[in-house]
Amino acid sequence: MKLIFEKSAPGRRSQLLDRCDVEQFELPEKFKRAEKAPLPQLSEIDVDRHYSELNTRVHGVNTSFYPLGSCTMKYNPRVNEEIAALPGFTGIHPLAPEYSVQGCKEVIATAKKYLCEISGMDDMTFQPAAGAHGEFTGVMLIKQYHQSRGDQKRCKIIVPDSAHGTNPATAAMCGFEVVNIASAPDGCVDIEALKAALGDDTAGLMLTNPNTVGLFDENILEITRLVHEAGGLCYYDGANLNAVMGVVRPGDMGFDCTHMNLHKTFSTPHGGGGPGAGAVGCKAFLAPFLPKSALMDEEGHIQVRSFEGNFLIVVRALAYLLTLGKEGIPEASTNAVLNANYLMHQIKGTFEPAFDRICMHEFVLDLGAFKKETGVSALDVAKTLIDYGMHPPTMYFPLIVHEALMLEPTETESKDTLDWAAEVFRKVYELAHQDPEYMHEAPHHAQIGRPDEVLAARKPVVRFRPAE
Amino acid sequence: MGSYVPSSMEQRDEMLKALGLSSVLELYKDVPEEMLVKGGLDLPEGMSEMGTMRAMSAMAAKNIVFGTVLRGAGSYDHYIPSIVKTVPAKEEFLTAYTPYQAEMSQGVLQSIFEYQTMICQLTGMDVSNASVYDGASAAAEAAAMCRGRKRTVTLISAAAHPDVINTVRTYCMGSGTEMRIVPARDGKTDPEALKEMLTDDVAGFYLQQPNFYGQIEDAEELGAMAHEAGAMFIMGVNPISLGIMKTPAECGADIAVGEGQPLGMPMAYGGPYLGFMATTEKNMRKLPGRIVGETVDSRGERCYVLSLQAREQHIRREKASSNICSNEALCALTASVYMAAMGPDGIADAAAQCLSKAHYLAKQLCTVKGVELVYTGDFFHEFVTTMPEKDKVLKALEDAGILGGLPIEEGVLWCATEKVSKAEMDRAVSIVKEVLA
Repeated sequence: MKLIFEKSAPGRRSQLLDRCDVEQFELPEKFKRAEKAPLPQLSEIDVDRHYSELNTRVHGVNTSFYPLGSCTMKYNPRVNEEIAALPGFTGIHPLAPEYSVQGCKEVIATAKKYLCEISGMDDMTFQPAAGAHGEFTGVMLIKQYHQSRGDQKRCKIIVPDSAHGTNPATAAMCGFEVVNIASAPDGCVDIEALKAALGDDTAGLMLTNPNTVGLFDENILEITRLVHEAGGLCYYDGANLNAVMGVVRPGDMGFDCTHMNLHKTFSTPHGGGGPGAGAVGCKAFLAPFLPKSALMDEEGHIQVRSFEGNFLIVVRALAYLLTLGKEGIPEASTNAVLNANYLMHQIKGTFEPAFDRICMHEFVLDLGAFKKETGVSALDVAKTLIDYGMHPPTMYFPLIVHEALMLEPTETESKDTLDWAAEVFRKVYELAHQDPEYMHEAPHHAQIGRPDEVLAARKPVVRFRPAE
Repeated sequence: MGSYVPSSMEQRDEMLKALGLSSVLELYKDVPEEMLVKGGLDLPEGMSEMGTMRAMSAMAAKNIVFGTVLRGAGSYDHYIPSIVKTVPAKEEFLTAYTPYQAEMSQGVLQSIFEYQTMICQLTGMDVSNASVYDGASAAAEAAAMCRGRKRTVTLISAAAHPDVINTVRTYCMGSGTEMRIVPARDGKTDPEALKEMLTDDVAGFYLQQPNFYGQIEDAEELGAMAHEAGAMFIMGVNPISLGIMKTPAECGADIAVGEGQPLGMPMAYGGPYLGFMATTEKNMRKLPGRIVGETVDSRGERCYVLSLQAREQHIRREKASSNICSNEALCALTASVYMAAMGPDGIADAAAQCLSKAHYLAKQLCTVKGVELVYTGDFFHEFVTTMPEKDKVLKALEDAGILGGLPIEEGVLWCATEKVSKAEMDRAVSIVKEVLA
């Protein structure tokens, strides 16, 4: 379809603002831009139609099944959007006097109470705007803790090789040396490898539990004990919290701090890649190191972005928490795990799970043998699923399973949807045996065919430029 | 009480049965018994949708929404056209994930490609990323872009926003590099101090334009000094001001960043906001975050993909340029719709009105005895005045439904946008006059 710039016509515009009702002030010539910004010129209907057309070329959670592993694509309740649009929340200046923002304070305090209870932490910040941003904040807590004790030699963060790429990238951003340790074949921590990596230079460990292949590490208490005995701290990557809410708490597993993805676990919409919120919780002894806004709160603390973070995301998450409450929160997690196990069970016999045992909220299919047999790759399968109207699972992650497809159905899909999805997987499995060529070319009924990603990287065109 | 689990109890039992289990707790056999939450979470029972709406509305009602806002300092009350609110609320845009699967995400990808283009049109820069979290983290990411083996120091103007300075400081502390603050003189960056501080270990210099006090800096001159010393020049800019003001490109910036909130996002107690980030062709591959690129599909048709991913954490892990793996896509969409709806004339008009109204307000305030401009340089839409009895004055304004300027050490930092009318400003000034009479 056409770009918005290709729909532009000189002289088209909407009259959105009042006429200026004060004397016009002239900007000194030396500060003026030479020409007006060459933005597109459109009337309102042009803009409306353009974005309506674009919106038809987007697949959302509300469109259909979205089992994107590790991303927790659960239903985003409508009422939470309505609540986040209340003028009593949207119209508040972050630097308005305290007496006038008591509602915002209550939102933050209440969300903190719920999330501390769920995570087993004592205090929390909502400043980080995403999971990776939360990781940065959490590891900075660890850094400050060691520095405050004058413990300068702790320069290493241990990360299992099954971890999300953000973990090592975060540790590096915080100035730590990353020690990658090999995982056991099931993606769990190899205790011997951990012991070998620990020492008086260990600042901490970053871990996801359930881990990135969807298994709960049963040695978790020993792992966190070993790190603590070596003088390090334990960071819980909350990416997979949706498996265990109200069942087991990171704080009780021995973790000192954690981030939670409000846009995953707590149902706030992903918005095509943000805004999210990465609330960071910690034990009381780390609370003095939490970030604060220099302008809104006080100087002398770390800070990862302006003001209090993505407040309207916290509003949505709180609405979700209030709705679910004491019983609904564990109900969400247990059903996420039930759905994942049921779907894995229904698919088994065609595509095979990488680990044939009870999983948590997600599971990994290993298409290694299948590819050898049919020549059809995990990528081909993913692209074929698009033709069936299903968003593909996460591909080629975790790295420790080759030809991986990772599925996370979440609790907000019904048994009927899971049965349909399993049926689609079985059909695709059969198709691979009948017509692998067809699958190499998939998708056949999507908005576009497979894009040439190599061309995009080799000859980058990252903006529109009008023809000369 | 509330639940978003759709399967009926019977269906849940059927699923358990298929798995050979009798209870969901059997799914958690790997969790050591002693760790399980006993007796349930210590939280209130859930609510119905009605109950949640009631409880949340009650919280919203405890906030005071001021009808007139004369406060900025990093969060600005601009008029948000209706279409700018409705487009990003479209449910597919709202509920999609990061566009990993290009074949079913062309809408998101194209909207980001268009956003990147509009940010370039506004800033004059060559390339933009798909956005980062906010203006402060964008500044910190920009500072990180400049660093090299021998150049590790970041200079930042003391006249930048305090939250930006503190965020840059935190990111520098993370990476073990140093941030030094270039002092301000008369509300603007001191060029002589800058010159002295531009040693050969300086990687980049960050200047905010207009600065925290609303003053317009001599950006070209300061930027040229940075370049002369071999450092990169980063400008933090207000996007509305670029409707009329010299672009970062025209000022010689290597990297332009800023807080995108004025482009159609509500103040919302501080977020979600939008960090925009653009640079020159030369520095494209150093840019962190997502970037959408154009390519062709297997049928030879133009299409869009997430591109240049070799810079990113899921490939590079600890060698990545940043750990960022998302953007603020819906906020970027909001900004795009805003820029498209306003167009070249609309955004120039908004900027010109901000400028004119701020100067009108300043002039009127300065007719009050004891009130005068603290800094006398050129300003855009913010300015600092002295203010006797500022607490009393601000409270009187608030009682009249007007959020006055921000009290700071030097006095009061005022802001006027296109949204305030002459009548509102006159009313505010008359209240100030009354209190100080």
